Amino acid sequence: MGTPVTSGIVRRTPSIRVGLFLLLALGAAALFLPHFLPDPRAQPDLVSGVLLPPGWSHPLGTDHLSRDVLARLVYGGRVSLAIALGAAVLAVTLGAGVGLVAGYAGGRTDAALMRVVDAALAVPRLILLLLVVALLERIPLWGLILAIGATGWLGTSRLVRAETMRLRTLEFVRAARALGASHARILLRHLAPNVAGPLVVATTLAVGDVMLLEAGLSYLGLGVQAPTPSWGSMIFDAKPYLVTAPWVAVAPGTAILLGVFAVNLVGESLNRRFGGRWT
Amino acid sequence: MSALLEVRDLRVRIPLPAGTVTPVDGVSFSVDCGEMLALVGESGAGKSLTCLALLQLLPAAAYLASGSTALLGGQDILALRGEALRATRGKRIAIVFQDAGASLNPVLTAGDQVRETVLAHLPMTRAEARARAVSLLGEMGLPEPAVQYDRYPHQLSGGMRQRVMLAIALAAEPELLIADEPTSALDVTVQAQILELIDHERRTRGLGVLLVSHDLGVVASRADRVAVLYAGQIVEQAPTRELFGAPAHPYTRGLLAAIPRLRGPFATTRPMPGSVPDPASWPSGCRFAPRCPERFARCDALPAITQPSVNHAVRCWLAEGGS
Repeated sequence: MGTPVTSGIVRRTPSIRVGLFLLLALGAAALFLPHFLPDPRAQPDLVSGVLLPPGWSHPLGTDHLSRDVLARLVYGGRVSLAIALGAAVLAVTLGAGVGLVAGYAGGRTDAALMRVVDAALAVPRLILLLLVVALLERIPLWGLILAIGATGWLGTSRLVRAETMRLRTLEFVRAARALGASHARILLRHLAPNVAGPLVVATTLAVGDVMLLEAGLSYLGLGVQAPTPSWGSMIFDAKPYLVTAPWVAVAPGTAILLGVFAVNLVGESLNRRFGGRWT
Repeated sequence: MSALLEVRDLRVRIPLPAGTVTPVDGVSFSVDCGEMLALVGESGAGKSLTCLALLQLLPAAAYLASGSTALLGGQDILALRGEALRATRGKRIAIVFQDAGASLNPVLTAGDQVRETVLAHLPMTRAEARARAVSLLGEMGLPEPAVQYDRYPHQLSGGMRQRVMLAIALAAEPELLIADEPTSALDVTVQAQILELIDHERRTRGLGVLLVSHDLGVVASRADRVAVLYAGQIVEQAPTRELFGAPAHPYTRGLLAAIPRLRGPFATTRPMPGSVPDPASWPSGCRFAPRCPERFARCDALPAITQPSVNHAVRCWLAEGGS
């Protein structure tokens, strides 16, 4: 929204500040640190450099192929965060579009769209994704974003629909109609900005969901494909060495934990600030 | 003067489980260019439904009975559909509602909402529309219009919001303005200022005004003619001076007697007992009869409209006897 209201909420809520700081730190690390670290795909010493514990030359140790864990962690952060952000924005945009149209049009349009949502919600999201991903075998990064985004808009559409139905009955919508605003204009100019609050919350929470989903898919070997690292695929790779070299799995695990914690902190705090109506 | 708006036999019906009611039942009136017609009546008389019907903005359940017409410059605006309807709303016929706070979108700035209506109806660039919006806000008496442009509705006072609403309504220079209780939520000094703004547009560029009010005092000083609405029907219609000087309908006389006066003893103020009955239980004869102090046998039949003088119409058996 960019209104004084929103910036005031950020300033007055410490938990949002902490969450935003964490997110910015993770984002900055993913964006800039790869330039100062070795190639995350380089395998310098496959004989004596594998599964080295954290030390001076490798701050977070090396994995089973002698690759630097820190380098893979920050590079994987790029991939994981890009997927999370891309898929969350896509999902919320789709959900907002469907919700606005359904809530504003009402009647048969609304009934038809909502029955589609009901039907789609009956299929567990992970199962649906597994099917898509397994059918495509080697899925490109944008394909993964598309698949996760396209399966994540259902909840948002219900949320936005409910909010739109409430807004639709308000006097300012009638006033806009009385003064010659078209349906499209009312949807885009009058109603969309009014659901910005719930959408910010929905997007933030969706980012957390997608991070876990991507990690889960990659952990099952179906998400981001080797040799590109992502936080999920790093844990997948580290599976056999959990006991002998736990640091290889702990690093990406911690990153996922921090990332999801940060976005949920922001999302939940915003939600509470807005009155706790939008989960 | 040619009639700008000519409303004939306007009927709004609402189907209810117990049967269809007709809360606006055969309303006819006209507004000339540069004329202010006041539509007065108690709550439940059908004032707001009449306004909404003219813009085809009735609540979903309500519908217009066939035979209802409203000619604006010779064109039936009740028959407009789709794009033609959208282009007429705001451009040729505009409306201001009672509660400006609720009529403004809370998340858009005041100026953007004015500019939006300008853009919707006039061929202007965004920059030109912005400039016009600022000058409109200035004309409506907002101090520092360029600053107010960027304010959100919650940062404005009630009077300022109604000025913004008026700027929006007048943005495309409509021919007719419907003002649905535009000042009921405001204090008296602001009321007068808002009415003066509307009156100024009427005088300077011939804006036709349909002023809806439950307050005869507001009406007396500004309106050219007054139509009194009771239970969905116009019971008396006359030039303001004549209506106040020689009210022919017992209901009008009752309304006038209920206005407290500054001079004379307070005891001369006589409140009217009762209220407008529910549309489902309107009597078949004269609808005012159950509350009428001058009721007699003929009131069991619906009175015809009689004309005590040329511009004066009244729906009462007593008036017929008198003329």
